[in-house]
Amino acid sequence: MDLDLTPEDLAFRDEVRAFVRAKLPEAIRRKVTHGLHLTRDEHVQWQRILHERGWGGPGWPKEHGGPGWTPTQQYIFEEECAAAGAPRLIPFGIKMVAPVIMAFGSPEQQKRFLPRILSAEDWWCQGYSEPGSGSDLASLKTKAVRDGDHYVVNGQKTWTTLGQHADWIFCLVRTDAQAKPQRGISFLLIDMKSPGITVRPIITLDGAHEVNEVWFEDVRVPVENLVGEENQGWTYAKFLLGHERANIAGIGIAKRELSRIKRVAGERKKGGRPLIEDPLFAARIAQVEIDLMALEITNLRVLSAESEKRAPGPAASILKVKGTEIQQALSELLLLAAGTDALLWDAAALKGELPPAGEPGADTPLAAAYLNLRKLSIFGGSNEIQKNIVAQTILQL
Amino acid sequence: MNFNLNDEQRQLDDLLRRFVSKDYGFEQRHTILRSEAGFSRDIWQALADLGVLALNVPEDHGGLNAGPVETMIVMQALGRGLVLEPVAASAVVATHALREVATLEQQAEWLPALAAGERIAVLAHEESAADGDVNRVATTARRDGDGWVLDGHKPVVMHAAAADELLVSARTSGQPGDAQGVSLFRVPAGTPGLTLRSLPTVDGQRAADVKLQGVRLPASARIGAEGGAAEGIQLAQDRGLAALMADALGAMESVFDATVDYLKTRQQFGQPIGRFQALQHRAADMVLHLEQARSMTILATLRGTQGPAAERARILSAAKVTLGQAARFIGQNAVQLHGGMGMTDELALSHGFKRLVAFELRGGETDEHLARFAALSRAAA
Repeated sequence: MDLDLTPEDLAFRDEVRAFVRAKLPEAIRRKVTHGLHLTRDEHVQWQRILHERGWGGPGWPKEHGGPGWTPTQQYIFEEECAAAGAPRLIPFGIKMVAPVIMAFGSPEQQKRFLPRILSAEDWWCQGYSEPGSGSDLASLKTKAVRDGDHYVVNGQKTWTTLGQHADWIFCLVRTDAQAKPQRGISFLLIDMKSPGITVRPIITLDGAHEVNEVWFEDVRVPVENLVGEENQGWTYAKFLLGHERANIAGIGIAKRELSRIKRVAGERKKGGRPLIEDPLFAARIAQVEIDLMALEITNLRVLSAESEKRAPGPAASILKVKGTEIQQALSELLLLAAGTDALLWDAAALKGELPPAGEPGADTPLAAAYLNLRKLSIFGGSNEIQKNIVAQTILQL
Repeated sequence: MNFNLNDEQRQLDDLLRRFVSKDYGFEQRHTILRSEAGFSRDIWQALADLGVLALNVPEDHGGLNAGPVETMIVMQALGRGLVLEPVAASAVVATHALREVATLEQQAEWLPALAAGERIAVLAHEESAADGDVNRVATTARRDGDGWVLDGHKPVVMHAAAADELLVSARTSGQPGDAQGVSLFRVPAGTPGLTLRSLPTVDGQRAADVKLQGVRLPASARIGAEGGAAEGIQLAQDRGLAALMADALGAMESVFDATVDYLKTRQQFGQPIGRFQALQHRAADMVLHLEQARSMTILATLRGTQGPAAERARILSAAKVTLGQAARFIGQNAVQLHGGMGMTDELALSHGFKRLVAFELRGGETDEHLARFAALSRAAA
């Protein structure tokens, strides 16, 4: 039993650190470290920088153009990227649909879609949730009816993250209304330029346009865009969820936010001394920092089990709940650290720290992270659903 | 990076778990708990036969010279059985204090008897005003002819009455708080001037109020060099704190397992109560605390038992906060989920709960460690 990285892993860490330091554009880094939303172009720019180095798909095997990293290397990579202020990789292509296409897609689908995901030529979004199907995803109603060489899709998806940028959407659709809910679902890849698709923005409480409604009206999808077998989509969806949760703890991002809070609390004076020296505030920070230390080890334990091909399984639920609790606690601390500065919607812009009005991100409030991150305990399987999984799968209650 | 036990460690784990389930059942433990001494010399000898008491003793002195992971394995298994014998006190803290402070000749003389289970040693160091500062020792030792005379007060020394010898820290120079001047003395039980008032703790273990009034000792009773014992005492205590946390982790596992069993078997409204989501979510929250506690026990074991003192302290404080909060949450919810049965003395559960209450109060309570972590983190930044 030991906690030390191997010399190879240490060398790898140094290599990633040097690369990110040299290649991450300063404008992007600034926006990320101030909690601002990036433009589509900025996300694409960073993805292409990584792809040029062969690191576009950190979790991908070599046969599909990935670096073939171990889970530990992937963890180091994410950690280093987060610490340096690099954007998170948009997961829908790289981490979600790609593993499904690799595992269940045809060779033609692999050849057609995977390279364009790596090079960011295609932006993907996820068509899972519907207005009536959130936690109870298997009740979804968007239907696909076979018509010759096509499926005809009708229905509505919602909470589609960054769907406004997307070239493609991967959808769960109902192909058999008679079967048990889980048995009649298929996994379909749909071109967002198809006639009959309408994307409508949903503005969230932080004023951001991050999520969308996607409407399908007699959208014709070629049958070759079906992944795997018809009516087996639920199996693929569960496989995907396992991947989605694999790096859900967000340790690197949480560490970066913790330093940001310490910086803000070090600059703000309260009663003549830096807020960070106030015993009550210091104790609040210490509590989250300790929780984060523990979660990092828990995360490494899960990774280590994964490296030995023992499936991470329901342990990912533990990481999701605890990781999101910590990130939300950090967003609360940032509010407390900023105090009345956070009261003004546009205080940061006032101080000239952020881009001038009119530029993307300029209207992002300091409190944005707090408002926006409420989503963490809701998406990807709400934390209550995760606790159901822990109770029922781990404890067999 | 590797979180697996090696083959020998797995065998040790199996051995101890079998011992606890076979020789330390609830009834056996209850008999020991109610006895005058509060521990069993027979069990002590059995632990010696298993090699438990020799783990931290160097091979030259009849020991196994194992590492902190072996201590963690043993303490976790003993914690599962709520074992009452002073294993951490004698085989971890006192043994390491001797290794760190005593001369090689003294180690050769004293350690083999500890490893063999022939004698029990307990460190009597902390004082009421110490607040975790290893140098805040007011007990004095003054030269008297060839020997020494000790005066002072060591309150709430766990297992002191079980000890054949106390290892007592005392100032041979300087003032409480000074970095130098703390020495360590070996005080055999029954030495005139040494009085122990032994009382049960909240969980039924024993602790004593130790007073030293004109305790005369020969020159040979001083352990190691004069005035330089504090660093070694700190290291021994740090290793003891890591061991205490492994013990608490074991106790948490046992009350947690009992609770999950109860949720599956107790029927109300025509079904096992574990089917109810309100209770499932409590159980899931217990899992989160347990896994975080397990992670921090590993961190405390590997990084809190060696390396620079300030970093050890930072790690141990973080771990004690995590374990202390987990102990409270898991203990309280284990009782709650057992309903009325959780309130009874007849279930092992309530004894596990009390063990966890005691754990929170030992080795510095949660808020003390939270404050120390905050201060050390700021200093490290």
